[in-house]
Amino acid sequence: MGKADSVFEVIGPIMIGPSSSHTAAAVRIGLISRAILGESVKKAIIQLHGSYALTGKGHGTDKALIAGLLGLDAADERIKSALEIAKDVGIIFEFQKVDLGDDFPPNTVRLLIEGPTQVHFEITGVSVGGGNIGVIEINGLSVQISGEYHTLISIHNDRPGIVAKATAIIAQHKVNISNMCVSRQRRGGLAAMVVEMDQSLPPEALSELEDKAQIVRLIPPIY
Amino acid sequence: MDYNSIQQLLKLAARNNKRIGEIVLAVEAEKENESPDTIRGQMVISWEVMKQSLKKGVTEDIRSISGLSGGDGKLFFARQPKYLSPHISKAVAWALGVAEVNAAMGRIVACPTAGSSGIVPAALMLAKERLAVDEEKIITALFTAAGIGIICSVNASISGAEGGCQAETGVAAAMAAGALTELAGGSPTMVGHAVALCLSNMLGLVCDPVAGLVEVPCVLRNAGGLMQAVLAAELALSGIQSRIPVDEVIEAMNEVGDSLPESLRETALGGLANTPTGNQYRKKVQ
Ligand code: SF4
Repeated sequence: MGKADSVFEVIGPIMIGPSSSHTAAAVRIGLISRAILGESVKKAIIQLHGSYALTGKGHGTDKALIAGLLGLDAADERIKSALEIAKDVGIIFEFQKVDLGDDFPPNTVRLLIEGPTQVHFEITGVSVGGGNIGVIEINGLSVQISGEYHTLISIHNDRPGIVAKATAIIAQHKVNISNMCVSRQRRGGLAAMVVEMDQSLPPEALSELEDKAQIVRLIPPIY
Repeated sequence: MDYNSIQQLLKLAARNNKRIGEIVLAVEAEKENESPDTIRGQMVISWEVMKQSLKKGVTEDIRSISGLSGGDGKLFFARQPKYLSPHISKAVAWALGVAEVNAAMGRIVACPTAGSSGIVPAALMLAKERLAVDEEKIITALFTAAGIGIICSVNASISGAEGGCQAETGVAAAMAAGALTELAGGSPTMVGHAVALCLSNMLGLVCDPVAGLVEVPCVLRNAGGLMQAVLAAELALSGIQSRIPVDEVIEAMNEVGDSLPESLRETALGGLANTPTGNQYRKKVQ
């Protein structure tokens, strides 16, 4: 956990217990995964790794993740009954304990989720302390998403011009970039770009990007 | 205006003839580029959530998912104490109760962490009832507590995984001790001593949660931390001084935290977690 530089990092967050890393962070991983999916969740296979697998049940990590997938935030008292709510609205879910290997931090979860239009995503999230999170993989591509910013995500076939296009759009709208990362499977293969921004973009600004990429998402901060 | 040590914070308060919490609020507003009223308003919301959790913890039937905790706050609240004053007894019940609400997936304010969330609210509610201080002063006292917590976080740690339980319930108690001292009319110097005395008494406390869950001994340690906070405030208000300056005590806490073995830093591999009974609980829960 980093050093607090705000009053509300030592008195706060307002959250559902018992654990900032196993409960609050898990809700946020669910929440951002739902945003990346871009629609409501119909099916979820949830793979718990490390301490999430070992102590997740007692910490309500399962309920917290489902709550996030349902769109509840980390202070919502309905988190406690998230599994029942999910069953009521017909979400099919399954938890698995897995070992993703030593490369992954102890509090890691991989979500395989699907929406009504059958788009599906594989998203790997981690808890990084104090209730903060990171998304580290989308569909096997490594990314870095904190959820603290407006985030632009593009998944596309690797070819020149896409990153330049995105940064040009962002500059045009006078939006400030705080972090950016790109990665790809191999040259010319599938690639991901993530841009974390201080402000949002108008959705229509992305149409050019949408023509070039397979998936484009614009996600508001989840905190 | 900014502060990096308790000493600096106390000096700012003394020099400007302000309460410590007012300085902490002013610095926060400046840093966040927000109006003090907005920041204060956020704290009012936190206090409202704290009050709900205080009430819930001693009136409702609470039980955690694992069954390892629940019910103690309510039990203690209803009982006539043998040794404690009725006020302190109630405050202990509140500290237990909030920690139990946390363990049972209720809503709390982490302070500084979820596991140690019972101490500061219980202490402030004690001040409110015992000294009849108004809500406005309580809010300012929360900023006082926050300033102490920020300095502990920057110069040591507020995470059990890094610094053991001294960093969680220890820091929570230090935050509460400072706030209690100021609310009772103590000078900034006395607040510094209260923080130093409190941390000195909690130095070395290990993090050893049974079955890796924030329940045993966490709930109990909220009661212990509350008592340490009250004791330190009372000592400081009497004029008793810490022989070691407060910022050096925080340094010591950092050093002790660094030298704690990993087994006693939230891994649930040592201490109470590694007792025969602790291990049995682990098997049952996992
Ligand atoms: S024992 Fe560990 S988990 Fe429990 S309150 Fe202390 S620091 Fe937190």
